[in-house]
Amino acid sequence: MSSEPPLMEVRNLRVYYPVRKGMFGGVAYVKAVDGVDLVLNKGDIFTLVGESGCGKTTLGKTIVGLVKPTSGEILYKGKNVLKLNKREYLEYRRNVQIIHQDPFSSLNPTKTVFQTLSFPLKRWGIARSRRDLIEKVSELLSLVGLKPPEDFLFKYPHQLSGGQRQRVVVARAISVNPELIMADEPITMIDVSLRIGILDLLLDLQKRFNTAYLFITHDFGAARYFAAKGGGLIAVMYLGKIVEIGPAEDVIHDPLHPYTKVLMSAVPVPDPELSRKKKLLKLKSLDIPSPMNPPPGCRFNTRCPFSKPKCEKEEPPLVEVRKKHWAACWLYTS
Amino acid sequence: MPRNLLEVKSLRVLYKVHRGDVKAVDNVDLSVREGEILGVVGESGSGKSTLALAILRLLPRTARIADGHIYYRGEVDLASSPENKLKEVRWKEISLIPQAALNALNPTLKIVDHFLETARAHGVHDRKWVIERASKLLSLLRLEPDRVLKSYPHELSGGMKQRVLIALAMLLEPTMLILDEPTTALDVLTQRFILDLLKDLHAKTKITMMFITHDIAVIADIADRMAVMYAGKVMEVGDVYTVFKEPKHPYSIALMKSIPSLTGSVEEMRSIPGTLPDLVNPPPGCRFWPRCPHAMDICRKEEPPVVELKPGHLVSCWLHARR
Repeated sequence: MSSEPPLMEVRNLRVYYPVRKGMFGGVAYVKAVDGVDLVLNKGDIFTLVGESGCGKTTLGKTIVGLVKPTSGEILYKGKNVLKLNKREYLEYRRNVQIIHQDPFSSLNPTKTVFQTLSFPLKRWGIARSRRDLIEKVSELLSLVGLKPPEDFLFKYPHQLSGGQRQRVVVARAISVNPELIMADEPITMIDVSLRIGILDLLLDLQKRFNTAYLFITHDFGAARYFAAKGGGLIAVMYLGKIVEIGPAEDVIHDPLHPYTKVLMSAVPVPDPELSRKKKLLKLKSLDIPSPMNPPPGCRFNTRCPFSKPKCEKEEPPLVEVRKKHWAACWLYTS
Repeated sequence: MPRNLLEVKSLRVLYKVHRGDVKAVDNVDLSVREGEILGVVGESGSGKSTLALAILRLLPRTARIADGHIYYRGEVDLASSPENKLKEVRWKEISLIPQAALNALNPTLKIVDHFLETARAHGVHDRKWVIERASKLLSLLRLEPDRVLKSYPHELSGGMKQRVLIALAMLLEPTMLILDEPTTALDVLTQRFILDLLKDLHAKTKITMMFITHDIAVIADIADRMAVMYAGKVMEVGDVYTVFKEPKHPYSIALMKSIPSLTGSVEEMRSIPGTLPDLVNPPPGCRFWPRCPHAMDICRKEEPPVVELKPGHLVSCWLHARR
């Protein structure tokens, strides 16, 4: 083990959103993230999957500093991000970049590609003169596959396709050589035939610049592709907690947690025989409990096909069941 | 072989934009057989939703059917029927559940009123019949009729609303349902539940379905036959087992490889180079040639003919026309 602190570390993170209950009622809390630990080193790929409402986006936003945690710690290179001084904070914001889901709303429609991409370069003093800026922006455009760059420099977002826009967004994120990119559903709004192209582009940057990724998606196929090709991990979230973490192919083909097993049995696959032969693991209930009032014990016990009395009382710890493959389930611990 | 319930012949649908006409559906031939589930798969811009809207003549004002026929039961041509004839077909013969219809329910109306209003709009005033039929359909879709009918849309989850819409579409006993991306906005487990329900519903009622989606895995799971659309054209048609096992059109082959799925090796998955063509000025010849690894000279000049490789397996590609 190296003595250097990890690039990003999250300890026992909780993020609660207050909601008013009724007209005279008190305040209740939506427990979006409820006790999450994770570690990311340089070049790591960490893929967070889960259904809508599981807290994956809140977790991502908190790690990059867009949402304030209720409790717990987020450490950037060993330092709590809430206690950074101004210089350290700027360095953190520069080194942690974001790619949003919607390439249509994350670019300013009144600015050309050149204006959009030269802003961070000027801001961080990477290039100053117009000549340097054009050269550097052209380099970025080639890097993200928008070639020849002259064709794209002075285009406005509305003149680009969805895939091209997302490439501009990627170019903006990498323009300042970040160490970590948080990508929240970066391919969901991209045409099917171009999705893998965007993922390959991100993976290429990991290889070239050792960029780490926190990749958030609801699509298990995309999570598998990204994590498997980048040698990373998949973490499955349910009601604010990580219930399983492991190497991509292990989680997909040999899941441990009953929730992951149920999901894997439900996803259709592009093979008529296989897809129809799949045996669906039946849930006890289709209803997801409210994140305001998660069930005691294991949060999945109200729906789990394997639940035992113990699951309703005690919360299972996340333990290493197989090599590097962790699950929080009483099936695997006594 | 079951007879064709719907036959689309040389259909062309254009959207007017300031640059010219978007050729959204261009010379499409496609038939739907009675009692089958036909899957229509394509990326955004392939023309699949436009095709659905054209069948019931529900196109927006900027669009028009420029050419072609849509024969229903071999007799009525929906492409040229007068509006009053179409009113008899919509909901009573063919029902459409459009994309993102989850938000189409009126938030101020209880579910029961959605059923009553729909019936009234089509001249059915028998309240008792409507409620009985609605209850039967809702139970078939595994919802509690009494509770759901009394609810307002906001009291129902996404999966429940989707089921209410399916019941509503089936209210006036249509022969055919057109479902446009019915499971796209839903979570994995809800999607699985709806897919299984639709299969079950199909087994019980034998209702004909046209199932439109961008997700090829969903087609593999539910459809009997499938049509692959690209840039306003049908590229390949066949039964799902054949098309998935031996896709013949270079686009179908590339599309199947471009899906990051749970099965198969990630090393073999790759995206399709290039981008979708501009449909105001589509490339001459085959619309896929700018991205096709097998493009030949003729592909750039002439539109490929439709070739029947095996009974029912149709491909529109010069590679197969030359044999």
